[in-house]
Amino acid sequence: MEIELTTDWYLTLAAILFSLGAIGVMIRKNVLIMFMCVELMLNAVNLTFVAASRHLGSPDGQVAVLFVLVVAAAEVVVGLGIIVSIFSKKASASVDDLSLSRG
Amino acid sequence: MIEIGGFLLLSLVILSGALIVIFAKNPVHNAMGLVLTLLSLAILYLTMSATFIAMVQVLVYAGAVMTLFLFVIMMIGVDKEEERKESIQGQSFLVLGLVFMLVGLLTYVSIISGFKWDLLFPQAGFVIEGKPDLIASILFTAWVLPFEAVSILLIVATAAAVGLAHDQSKKDI
Repeated sequence: MEIELTTDWYLTLAAILFSLGAIGVMIRKNVLIMFMCVELMLNAVNLTFVAASRHLGSPDGQVAVLFVLVVAAAEVVVGLGIIVSIFSKKASASVDDLSLSRG
Repeated sequence: MIEIGGFLLLSLVILSGALIVIFAKNPVHNAMGLVLTLLSLAILYLTMSATFIAMVQVLVYAGAVMTLFLFVIMMIGVDKEEERKESIQGQSFLVLGLVFMLVGLLTYVSIISGFKWDLLFPQAGFVIEGKPDLIASILFTAWVLPFEAVSILLIVATAAAVGLAHDQSKKDI
């Protein structure tokens, strides 16, 4: 039986990648590594968009990937700026030390 | 058959890169695992004939974003050992339960749809080539409003980064 490479394969890979990113955000304490896991989740979404674009034969999904890329780049710039400015005050990269908003 | 083999090989590399991101102890190793994932995703995009997206993935993600990450890692210092103490009681069990719920939901949806996720939208019989001119012809016509919104977002993010980098305590200099 000939197995065909359908969209399901890509969607499954994206789902596993997204789950791995979510696990990373939940179990790690280092802010930078949590940030990288968010990037993993964003990439899983991008893979879904490209798979949908290939499935439907329409380039709209690939344009959406471009927008996700731009938003991710802006997010990284602001997020890393916040991390650096926190680090210059607290000298720690662990989320457990960052409980400033606690009442 | 060679398609399936290539896809499985690529997804193996992608997932092992993701595992390195989650479980490596040294932040530089995590960043390298992320680079592995991003580059193999770019190759996967090439096999899905999304040429322009693959190019942008390498340029923006593996180039600019990872450089920024490595820069901050070097600035903050890589020699700090991460503490493994659980601040929430039974945190790993909670995570395990959530993961099982997620996997269970995905499996359930796959089973009730009979592993045929494309019934609603049947697969197109042709393959579009995601070349830059095709992407541009849509980006600058149908998607021009989101494009402008995103340009405003980039300006705001630039201003925010400058504002964050400006240290308030050294204002008198």
